[in-house]
Amino acid sequence: MSATGYDMLLLVAGIGGVLVLASLVGRILQWRLSPDGSNATIENLNARINAWWIMAILISISFIAGRIGVIFLFAFCSFAALREFVTLTNTRRADHWALAAAFFIVLPVQYFLLWTEDYGIFSVFIPVYAFLLMPIIAVVRGDTRNFLVRVAEVQWALMICVFCASHVPALLTLTIPGYEGRNVLLIAFLVIVVQLSDVLQYVWGKLFGRIRIAPNLSPSKTVEGFVGGVASATLIGAGLWWITPFTPLQAGLMAFVIAMMGFFGGLVMSAIKRDRGVKDWGHLIEGHGGLIDRLDSVVFSAPIFFHLTRYWWSLT
Amino acid sequence: MKAVMASLVAAIVLLFARAITAVRAIWHESGPPRRQSVYFANHASHGDFILVWAVLPPRLRRRVRPVAGADYWLKSGLRSFIGRDVFNAVLIQRVRDERDGDPVTIMAEALDEHSSLIFFPEGTRNQTDLPLLPFKSGLFHLASARPDVDFVPVWIANLNRVMPKGEFVPIPLICTVTFGEPMRLRAGEQKEAFIERAQAALLELSPRQAGNGE
Repeated sequence: MSATGYDMLLLVAGIGGVLVLASLVGRILQWRLSPDGSNATIENLNARINAWWIMAILISISFIAGRIGVIFLFAFCSFAALREFVTLTNTRRADHWALAAAFFIVLPVQYFLLWTEDYGIFSVFIPVYAFLLMPIIAVVRGDTRNFLVRVAEVQWALMICVFCASHVPALLTLTIPGYEGRNVLLIAFLVIVVQLSDVLQYVWGKLFGRIRIAPNLSPSKTVEGFVGGVASATLIGAGLWWITPFTPLQAGLMAFVIAMMGFFGGLVMSAIKRDRGVKDWGHLIEGHGGLIDRLDSVVFSAPIFFHLTRYWWSLT
Repeated sequence: MKAVMASLVAAIVLLFARAITAVRAIWHESGPPRRQSVYFANHASHGDFILVWAVLPPRLRRRVRPVAGADYWLKSGLRSFIGRDVFNAVLIQRVRDERDGDPVTIMAEALDEHSSLIFFPEGTRNQTDLPLLPFKSGLFHLASARPDVDFVPVWIANLNRVMPKGEFVPIPLICTVTFGEPMRLRAGEQKEAFIERAQAALLELSPRQAGNGE
């Protein structure tokens, strides 16, 4: 077995172990504290753990399928996220063609460009071409009401749900000397660190949380959860150096950046939800809410992680 | 052969509707309806009945028939195949002069065969900025004809944004279908009172959250 395959197996075994442990703890809590399903927190915890199993299995399948599998998985994530995002925007009838273009042209083209590994056009297609062409498509319908708001919302939706999200599979396009064929592990590193940071913030917050960190944005987030979650995610990231091209110190620093971007990304996306008067982005993932509720921290950290790695480690 | 084609088309329609709208039912606190019902819903798009049909549990879905305008659904061979064979629609002639039977009688007969119905009491698609058009009297006449059938208000949210009139490319947006408390015609209740009560019950289900445009 190749070194990459061996590391991947070790990683999957580790994640499986964590999930088995989480499921056991969840079942015991349910048995002890909520035998009739009356404790909402514990019921939600178990729904979340079950959803984690499904998400972990889906990601593993896409990794096994290789580059095409990863691209399809994230293209689907972008589609579902864009669907959730646009549902909450102020778009009007006159935006119909602009929105159709966003879903059925911009999104597929962005992932196709990823497939061709042409970094130049991949990195400017949405920020330059879609940015200029989308308002042109909208303006020909002649409806000026809320025009800037509508155009800005569609652009933001594309940047967050398609452009930023596509930087996760874009990690596969980097060429790092001595790390050939192992790029999929960079995705694993990013996803594990960012999601564990979220989970550990939740756990630390539930166990020790006292002081609320952003009461207007996200009432459940606490200072204790934030500090504990980011610190432990940083340590776990450092401990995962062996799947990355980084030294343990570098891996820890990267994990710290990822966890911080993820935390603040979560706050930004919460602010949008509060403004629109909804609790969750959708209902796609049982116990978690919508896909964006799970993806928010990933989309904020992925482009930064991608560029830091590209700048210092990659030849392309 | 036709039946196989029809169930294949039904499966494709279901998959397509879910891919575009991720449609989700919000049941009344009493859970999904258990009894034979007339689901009466707001009407803004040709796809409305498909969403109600899509969210019903398969057991209920097999027994439900949409009530639709014959003038629209018999216009072409494809429409007639979808309307009659795929969805088993109860077709009503809306143009008075071309009727060969009383619409209420036709619907009541479908109820007597133990079918449930999906019915749009506004009579036509709502293209206005009003949330709901005034109901036609059909709902009252049907309730008078079959007073022991449940009438369930159903609010379909967002589908008018997915495919506004005159567009042919649907925009993927999340839709919900909200079911209200079943109601029946009260003893001695007059037409105006029942219609008003039904309209209020349906409007009660419409979402008030921001983000729906206006």
